[in-house]
Amino acid sequence: MKAPSLGSWFGRSGLSTPTDIESASLRSDRFRLKREGDWQRLEGIVKRMEGGGLRKISDEDLLALPTLYRTAASSLSVARETSLDAATLSYLESLVQRAWFQVYGPRKGFFAWMREFLFGGWSRAVREIWLDICIALFVMVAGAVVGWLLVAQDEEWFYRLVPSGMAQGRVPGASRETLMETLAVEESTGGLSAFAASLFANNAGVCILAFALGFAFGVPSMLLLIYNMAMLGALVWLFADAGLGVEIAAWLSVHGTTELFGILLAGAAGLHIGRNMAFPADRSVLDAAAISGRRSAVVMVGVVIMMIVAGLLEAFPRQLVEGTTGRFAIGGTFLVFWLTYFFLYIPKPIETADDDGHAEQTA
Amino acid sequence: MSEAKANDHTDKRKRELVTPEGIAVPVTIASRGSRLGALVLDFIILVVALNVIEIIIALVTRGTLVDGPVGEEAAISGATEFLVVVRLIIAFVVWYGYFLVQELGPRGATLGKRAVGIRVAARGGGRLTPEAIIARNLLRDIEIFYPLIFLFGTLIFSALGWDPGNYYWAALLWFFVFLGFPFFNKDAMRAGDVIAGTWVVEAPRTKLADALSTQGAAAKGSSEVTGARYEFGEEELSIYGEHELQTLERMLREAQPDTLAAVHETICRKIGWDPGAGDERAFLEAFYAQLRAKLEGDMRFGVRKADKFS
Repeated sequence: MKAPSLGSWFGRSGLSTPTDIESASLRSDRFRLKREGDWQRLEGIVKRMEGGGLRKISDEDLLALPTLYRTAASSLSVARETSLDAATLSYLESLVQRAWFQVYGPRKGFFAWMREFLFGGWSRAVREIWLDICIALFVMVAGAVVGWLLVAQDEEWFYRLVPSGMAQGRVPGASRETLMETLAVEESTGGLSAFAASLFANNAGVCILAFALGFAFGVPSMLLLIYNMAMLGALVWLFADAGLGVEIAAWLSVHGTTELFGILLAGAAGLHIGRNMAFPADRSVLDAAAISGRRSAVVMVGVVIMMIVAGLLEAFPRQLVEGTTGRFAIGGTFLVFWLTYFFLYIPKPIETADDDGHAEQTA
Repeated sequence: MSEAKANDHTDKRKRELVTPEGIAVPVTIASRGSRLGALVLDFIILVVALNVIEIIIALVTRGTLVDGPVGEEAAISGATEFLVVVRLIIAFVVWYGYFLVQELGPRGATLGKRAVGIRVAARGGGRLTPEAIIARNLLRDIEIFYPLIFLFGTLIFSALGWDPGNYYWAALLWFFVFLGFPFFNKDAMRAGDVIAGTWVVEAPRTKLADALSTQGAAAKGSSEVTGARYEFGEEELSIYGEHELQTLERMLREAQPDTLAAVHETICRKIGWDPGAGDERAFLEAFYAQLRAKLEGDMRFGVRKADKFS
């Protein structure tokens, strides 16, 4: 138990004191009656803050908040040692806790956080997990190669890797024309925006899964990456076998550079957590999990944004833009954009020492 | 003794956060039961809200289809398609936004959590950040909703005559590993809390009750009804301890006259007085004030008596 700062509450005993203090026969109740005005003022401020943010609070009250909070906190530690009034003790405990949550509440609103996120926070978080990105990239490439090789050796593997619902006529033995048709453009935009939205929902789901499974030391995340990439490898083999290698690459690249990049980041974010929990260095496992988890969460918000972009690209340009060159141009542009944004765009952090700065203000 | 046992359970959940100024803030970890209750409430609210949105959209759509130009098929399909997109986006935003926006708010709790009186807090006394809230909510899906969908999907398929095989066990295992997670750590954290560095604590909103020693016989020392003064000696006041004092306080604040009469009789017998009738409240107020004065006096000299057994 910390010693309360005696001066602060003796100093304010001369302030407005309710008239009935002397009627209290107990010393601890007199202590309480002297201070309950301050407590109730604090409770009023905290209640308004909980109700609807800072706008309803006057400047005067806002300035008084840290002082009132510390008065209440030291009252609590004094009361614990001198009073047996259970009602007052539980009131003070709840008051101090509520005030603490407001004094140390989230400092940024959602929009301020989003701005910080887009202009630096996101790319910084991505750079911080570079090692995991490298590992995930290796795993993804290996998965695609494995898929290719398996199907190249035995076509039966294709049916095991690619669910029949997804194949849509893209099966071994299909004619070159049938395959070509699946890559063709649609004649109108009819149905495509719904298609985009469902693609987004599906892909975002896969990404969140890849991230969340990182919790099990990252192993399931990696398995998910391998499986998805093996499916892709099998598909690419099918087209390449029919002499459509370049066409499938162009068709995939339109949205693939964004989508696969997003899946890569999601897998890497999951792996980042798993790796930090498995090898926490000099931190406790829980601390390591929390630090890496928050960093990965930032990456994941970005991944959701990338999935929106990929869903739109998959539905519109990929189905509407014809010609290998045009498709490569779109895909390539996005790849360059993401790489530049993540690895070359390094703005100065908008604010540093988030927690310490505020602590100094209130201290 | 069941009350003492309950206190033990609450004490096990008590934690102390130390703020940057060095002030200890007491918190109580939320019980697993209340968290389950909050989750069920949130789930019900979400499902109801999504269904209401769905019904509104359906009503609006019917309006368009009836009033709109029937001849132009393209226009109708365009409108329907737009609605599909809107519905998917609404579902996504509502599903994640519900938790994110509310837990980032000043109360740090969803409607369900507020109803059961708990909130999210950063573990160890730091500041709750948007990153932490996002991280803990991204994991909720794989912890609860995916395995549930998996489980029910498997059940439906097996009911349709399809052999579920090991899927059934995989779903159950997945479900119970995450469901069991909060039971295997003392802070009742779920997997999302571990990743985010958060925990869920009780957020009591207690009103300040009146000071007992300013009212009735506790203040004046004599009864308003009979005018009798109750004075207790050293010996009579040294029977009970803090636990009994606080139980008596609760009784005086909320109990009915007949309960007070029973307490009055018990105390009289214990301290060797002859229990009278008609002036129980004044007697108990006086006894409470004098017992508290004695115990608090001892406390200032570092002597504490936890209950009547010590």
